[in-house]
Amino acid sequence: MAQGSDGQEYASTRSGPSGSHRVGRRGVMGLISLGAVAMSPLGILPPLLRRGAGRDAHHLGGKPAVAPNGRIRQWSMIIDLRNCDGCQSKQTAPLCTTACIEGHFAPEPMEWIQVFEAELPGGGTQFLPTPCQHCQNAPCNNVCPVGATFTTPEGTVLIDQNRCIGCRICMAACPYDRRFFNWGKAPSPPESHLAHYDMEHQIPTKKGTVMKCDFCPDMARAGVLPYCAQGCPNRAIYFGDLEEDLATNGKDVVAISRFLSENQAYRQKEDLGTRPRVYYIAGHGEAIGRDAFTRGRKPTRWPWVERVKGARTWKR
Amino acid sequence: MEEVDTAVGRLEQTTLAPVLRTSRLYYVWVVFLLAVIAWGVYAYSVQFRDGLVVTGMRDRISWGLYITTFVFFIGISHAGTLISAILRVTQAEWRTPVTRLAEFITVVALVCGAMFVLVDLGRPDRAINVIRYGRWQSPIIWDMISITTYLTASIVYLGLPMIPDLALFRDRLKGHAPRWRVWVYRVGAVGWRGESSQKRSLAAAIMVMMILIIPIAVSVHTVVSWIFAMTLRVPWNSTIFGAFFVAGAIYSGIAMLIIVIAILRRVYHLEEYITQKHFVYLGFMLAAFAVIMMYGNISEYLTTGYKIDDAEEFHFRQLFMGQFAGFYWYYFVGGLVVPGLLVLCPWTRNIAGMVVASGLAVIAMWVERYFIVVAGLRVPLLSYEPSNYAPTWVELSIVAAGFALFALLITVIVKIFPILAVWEIAENLEAEAVSPIGERTPTESALQPAGGSS
Repeated sequence: MAQGSDGQEYASTRSGPSGSHRVGRRGVMGLISLGAVAMSPLGILPPLLRRGAGRDAHHLGGKPAVAPNGRIRQWSMIIDLRNCDGCQSKQTAPLCTTACIEGHFAPEPMEWIQVFEAELPGGGTQFLPTPCQHCQNAPCNNVCPVGATFTTPEGTVLIDQNRCIGCRICMAACPYDRRFFNWGKAPSPPESHLAHYDMEHQIPTKKGTVMKCDFCPDMARAGVLPYCAQGCPNRAIYFGDLEEDLATNGKDVVAISRFLSENQAYRQKEDLGTRPRVYYIAGHGEAIGRDAFTRGRKPTRWPWVERVKGARTWKR
Repeated sequence: MEEVDTAVGRLEQTTLAPVLRTSRLYYVWVVFLLAVIAWGVYAYSVQFRDGLVVTGMRDRISWGLYITTFVFFIGISHAGTLISAILRVTQAEWRTPVTRLAEFITVVALVCGAMFVLVDLGRPDRAINVIRYGRWQSPIIWDMISITTYLTASIVYLGLPMIPDLALFRDRLKGHAPRWRVWVYRVGAVGWRGESSQKRSLAAAIMVMMILIIPIAVSVHTVVSWIFAMTLRVPWNSTIFGAFFVAGAIYSGIAMLIIVIAILRRVYHLEEYITQKHFVYLGFMLAAFAVIMMYGNISEYLTTGYKIDDAEEFHFRQLFMGQFAGFYWYYFVGGLVVPGLLVLCPWTRNIAGMVVASGLAVIAMWVERYFIVVAGLRVPLLSYEPSNYAPTWVELSIVAAGFALFALLITVIVKIFPILAVWEIAENLEAEAVSPIGERTPTESALQPAGGSS
């Protein structure tokens, strides 16, 4: 072997703290285990950091609402498509969307509840108002790296815009296209500056974070229907509590279990196993006299954005 | 023995040359790269001020060039592991002149790739939340853990076999190089004096690292693919995504290595050590992975296409016939079939042929990541018109800056650190000198395919 010559080749010419450091295989193994021990704080560090920051829990606007039986209310929505004509008869943009936009100051092009026009097998169409489905097995919650999106005890999926890092993996994960990003600095009306930020109403908006329908839980707790349900002229949107088994559209009160069962209710993309909290009753506006073959609806508008001078928004 | 000594002497000279001599062209090149990077920094400052609205990304196609380039660079980083670790494990002696360069590419590509995740964030000021609130249920956290682990392991794996060479630099460059550099060499050499006990420890440490780094590298690109495969998007809903991404990563890594060694061989006159043999051997590996990639494509698209559902049909139409058809067919034909043929055909199995094949492959792998990300997001989820994505000048500038940074880091690193694994090549030379049937120099190898060098 050529070990001798090799050794000379690389031997240092100057004399230093000469090493008879013998680091054998055992030493190397020792070093590795030392390294492993040194890594162990990695698991402890994040909780300590959180405690230091004192922000582990999400600060919700209020305590969860409680049903008479003592259980926490489980908010739920039923959309009766038999009563939805996409506001064709009103000759306006869908009023549920407009009410939501005005109530939440949702910037263009966000439509937290968006009315899609879907093809029916026979060639006609139906209108599908689609808010966040508030899945009970929410794909967006699962993938969020920082827990900025989460499910409350009331079963609504919220976003903490003070924690969101804007990675947008939740937008890739959502199978319902219900998440919207603040790509730039959204315009804000003067009124919105009076609001104290809360993730239950998401006002004012925060650049570089994700937003979506929040189910208006602060309003529900105060005994008021969400903006979309209030805005619907045909009372197609019911909102209520699965725990008490009651929902209302502002006029009628229904027992949810019976209403869903007797009207062939379904949920969007049920096969994905996301378990949405938004139910649909099949239809195409027939109860209010819409012909399935009358296509088209008025485009959505953002009335408050038009009132803000020099507002710059973006396209969807 | 006389002849071996001069061969080793020449080897040392060649390795020291980049550190001792700097041409004017080098400065021109560095200034050019710095200019591209400066422009990219300006573009990022615009993005930081105005938000991601200055990019072409929007709600429906919410990832674009940044994530594409991130996946691409993490793929390139597999060059080091494969060439170095796998060839070391299998004791392929021809690897020694190219391992160091492969390991440089790994570390540099990882740094560039990780940078693009930060560039893509809507709130880079809150990146620390990933540590403060990290949930290990999220694929992004898996990514962060595996990429930082891989970066650490790659730096260790780069540094360990460099110890004897840093000792050589420490001794030879004392008084010939700036003091900080000699200090770097002295620290990096960790008191190496070529004693047999030190050699034994080094061999043991390299052994441990070369075994450890292979599963880490495989995990990295698997986890990168899971960012996509863990979502409910139809084109990403694939069980072979992890394996497919790893194969693609290694494919692009080999190709990038061939390109980098071709350039550095020319610039720093490494012709004696990096020969046509290395290009051809790497070319064979390239062809093998091209075949694996083709197999992966056929396996994935045939199984989903045979039972085609609505979303798949939309995806197939845009990919094979529509908006992305140019990208896809360039990738499959120009990026997989042609490089494979260039390697298989004896007339093109030379350095020029391998470099062309690699260039095609590297571009194709970037293109593949582009259509995986963008076309995957474009498939509509509900009944709405599909959106389109067109990158803006900000995105193009930042991506260009990313590639310039990659080139700059390689350029600077080979100016400071030993470009060849001197001691390993010297060991090979000596082994050949004492072996009865050994060749005289590594230039005359067992395999000499047709065609001249370069």
